[in-house]
Amino acid sequence: MSAATIISLPDQSTARIPKMNFLTKENGLLSWLLTGDHKRIATLYLVSITFFFFIGGALAGLIRLELLTPQNDLMAADTYNKVFSMHGLIMVFFFLVPSVPATIGNFLMPMMVGAKDLALPKINLLSWYLYVIAGIMMIYTMSVGGVDTGWTFTTPLSTHYLNTHVISAGLSVFVAGFSSIFTGLNFIVTIHKMRCPGMTWFRLPLFVWSNYAASILMVLGTPVLAITLVLVVLERTVHIGVFDPAYGGDPLLFQHLFWFYSHPAVYIMILPGFGVISEVISTFSRKRVFGYTAVAFSSVAIAIFGFFVWAHHMFIMGISNYSALVFSLLTMLVAVPSAIKIYNWAFTLYKGSITFETPMLYAIGFMGLFTIGGLTGVFLGATGTDIHLTETYFVVAHFHFVMVGGMLMSFLAGIHFWWPKWTGRMYPEKISQLAALTTFIGFNLTFFPQFILGTLGMPRRYAAYPPEFQVLNVFSTAGATVLGIGYLLPILYLTWSLKYGEIAGDNPWQATGLEWQTQSPPLTENFPEIPIMDHEAYDYEWLERQQRKEVASV
Amino acid sequence: MSHISPVLWQFLVKWLTNFQLFPPEASKVAPEMDALYFFMVLISLVGLTVVVLLIVSFSILYNKRRHPVATQIEGSTLLEATWTIIPLGLFLVTFVWGALLYFRIYTPPANAMNIYVVGKQWMWKVEHPGGQHEIDALHVPTGRPVQLTIISQDVFHSFSIPAFRVKREAIPGRYTSVWFEATEPGTYHLFCTQYCGTNHSQMIGEVVAMTPDDFRKWLQGSTSGNSLAQDGERLFASLSCNACHNPSPSSRGPNLVGVYGSHLTLASGQTITVDDAYLRQAILNPSEHITQGYAPIMPTYQGQVSEEGIFALVEYLKHLDSDYRIQQTLNTTVLPANNEGRPAPGASTPNAPGEVKQ
Repeated sequence: MSAATIISLPDQSTARIPKMNFLTKENGLLSWLLTGDHKRIATLYLVSITFFFFIGGALAGLIRLELLTPQNDLMAADTYNKVFSMHGLIMVFFFLVPSVPATIGNFLMPMMVGAKDLALPKINLLSWYLYVIAGIMMIYTMSVGGVDTGWTFTTPLSTHYLNTHVISAGLSVFVAGFSSIFTGLNFIVTIHKMRCPGMTWFRLPLFVWSNYAASILMVLGTPVLAITLVLVVLERTVHIGVFDPAYGGDPLLFQHLFWFYSHPAVYIMILPGFGVISEVISTFSRKRVFGYTAVAFSSVAIAIFGFFVWAHHMFIMGISNYSALVFSLLTMLVAVPSAIKIYNWAFTLYKGSITFETPMLYAIGFMGLFTIGGLTGVFLGATGTDIHLTETYFVVAHFHFVMVGGMLMSFLAGIHFWWPKWTGRMYPEKISQLAALTTFIGFNLTFFPQFILGTLGMPRRYAAYPPEFQVLNVFSTAGATVLGIGYLLPILYLTWSLKYGEIAGDNPWQATGLEWQTQSPPLTENFPEIPIMDHEAYDYEWLERQQRKEVASV
Repeated sequence: MSHISPVLWQFLVKWLTNFQLFPPEASKVAPEMDALYFFMVLISLVGLTVVVLLIVSFSILYNKRRHPVATQIEGSTLLEATWTIIPLGLFLVTFVWGALLYFRIYTPPANAMNIYVVGKQWMWKVEHPGGQHEIDALHVPTGRPVQLTIISQDVFHSFSIPAFRVKREAIPGRYTSVWFEATEPGTYHLFCTQYCGTNHSQMIGEVVAMTPDDFRKWLQGSTSGNSLAQDGERLFASLSCNACHNPSPSSRGPNLVGVYGSHLTLASGQTITVDDAYLRQAILNPSEHITQGYAPIMPTYQGQVSEEGIFALVEYLKHLDSDYRIQQTLNTTVLPANNEGRPAPGASTPNAPGEVKQ
């Protein structure tokens, strides 16, 4: 039984990668470092975030190794604290936040709206340089001894009690924040101003909608983080007394400011992932996304509600009971649009014509894991159960189900899906299906036991723990090993495919997006001439008519 | 079973004998918390099952081989309304249920016995009203509501007792409180759950729930000789609080007899109710808490009194109900010996009169 597939590749004996494309247009290091081309910048971003992902992943491996045994034996407590802090900082600010928007988004956004480039190409390049500067500062921080504040920089611990490199870490995140603001700004301007003729708002692919929502969050939320970090640095250096009660400051103020950014930040991380899933599910079931408008508006709803739920991180911190009530209610409301999306995706499959190539496997994995991640968020959004579950491994598991199970799965779905467009070559299908499966199994084995650990009360950020928690931790560490293999495989075979992959042709998936109607890899200008959008998004009948026309004219 | 490696075998035995899904239910609120928890587990399982069933059945029914041409469907308002309203309804139920629980856990009953807790890097210090001091341990009676008044001396900590399903942040410079009623005698975990630096994972201890009889015996066996209020009285005298705060008509500060729980009008015109948090603020930051009719002459005691010392002062002021008592303090710094027990062996040494606890 050979699996049904929609892959249609050109005849490999005659097919060639187009001579003229954005990769070959200019040569030399400078042509990359001074480029204004969004596709080249996206490539630079892809290489840099992959680098940071593997650093963050290695740190995660160290955490899981330490937690294999209940005693604090592999490394000193201080070292462990630095390892989990660096893991959090690198993964959140150097992988998750820029992952989909700055790589896949950067690559696709102009093509999806039918433009030659982003509205502000130089700002786009600046945003990558800021990212690199921030990255160098973070690596500097790590190499001179690291930081052990946790990724949350909680005051007064970070301002008065630690003598590690809080200032360089804080400034690094500050700079990385501007990189993300510029990306968001660029997307907003591009989507408003650069759509091609006929590309109305409701003809935009859902990937554009979800990145638009995330961009609003980046532009409005990140400055608050920047201000907060500056205040932390000032408090630490000149004791301005904003957060320290000894100088008349308010210790809870930091929490309010930090979470005012950092809760929307999880939507910055997950919304672009939602966009990838919409594209992939639609393509591999050959159907328009079920309830396009509902999915588009649910992204915007998440972006708006996302700003008003931050205090649900503070239910046990002595905020007034009534404000806890309000924030809990709003948290329940923000959960609804996510539920809508999941069911709309599931119903996109209904009466489709479904195939299961690698991107689709990742997308289906995403739907399962994100459903668990989302529903366990309700446990933490309900004030009563939050008291017991917050600050335990339940939170760790919930966060990783959403961020790793959700975001990383969708990132990998997107990378596989657009790989042929990006490089002009296919990735090897069988081994990548194996990688998707390995990731899914490894992920569940790693993080599901952590829900039980959290319910049993095991606190997070513990280097040592009571021995009765060991068995579940051993499962988790074993799972992390499998997960690690799941992540190593793609980097190996994707690199291999750069030279040996099959020639993909313009549209191997028979997908409808404008990016698929141009050559792979695309020209620097994306299209030979600015396209005219004369059909709805995900209009597979239009695609068929188009192909019939081509055959007739040949 | 000889072919199974001993390590693996031990591991499996350990797992099977210790497997738990939730911690022991040792407080009155624990079963209620678990009821909501399992209700949410149920919702999650149903939600997840529906999603998985949809994906699996559509994947089989509408596989490309079985269904080569897709039927285009725009959407369905009715279906979308269904999966908007049902989750919303369920989420609202959990919201209300959770809020009821939350208000219960964070609203102590009036008859609760109060125990003071100070978190510091990296230990928990517990002060009982009877003068018993504990470190990284908390002894409580079963069948009686216990309120904890918690503060941190340095960074954020969090006082968590999973078996009681309660947790409260210890915040520098601010009192927080939580209450519980233990039901099952036993020894349970006490964790610091807010990351607080190097030895965060060593900031653990045990909570011992005892029958009321055992608890009474424990109280008697662990007394330090002075009650917390008596410690406070000494501190009150040694800091010369009574030089101004005394009942004489010419006193420069307000008389503090019966001040706890009373309503005061401040110089700013604001009316407040005197509670633990207010007393703490008035000691450390007096210039912003001047009672109407008095001059702002009180110096700050910031840095001069430890958090434990402030707890002792608060406890003393709580029980200060007659002018006679304050007169006694005014006249002598040596306490009358009639109402104290003898120091128990092994209990911590009481402070010498006049010594300020730092």
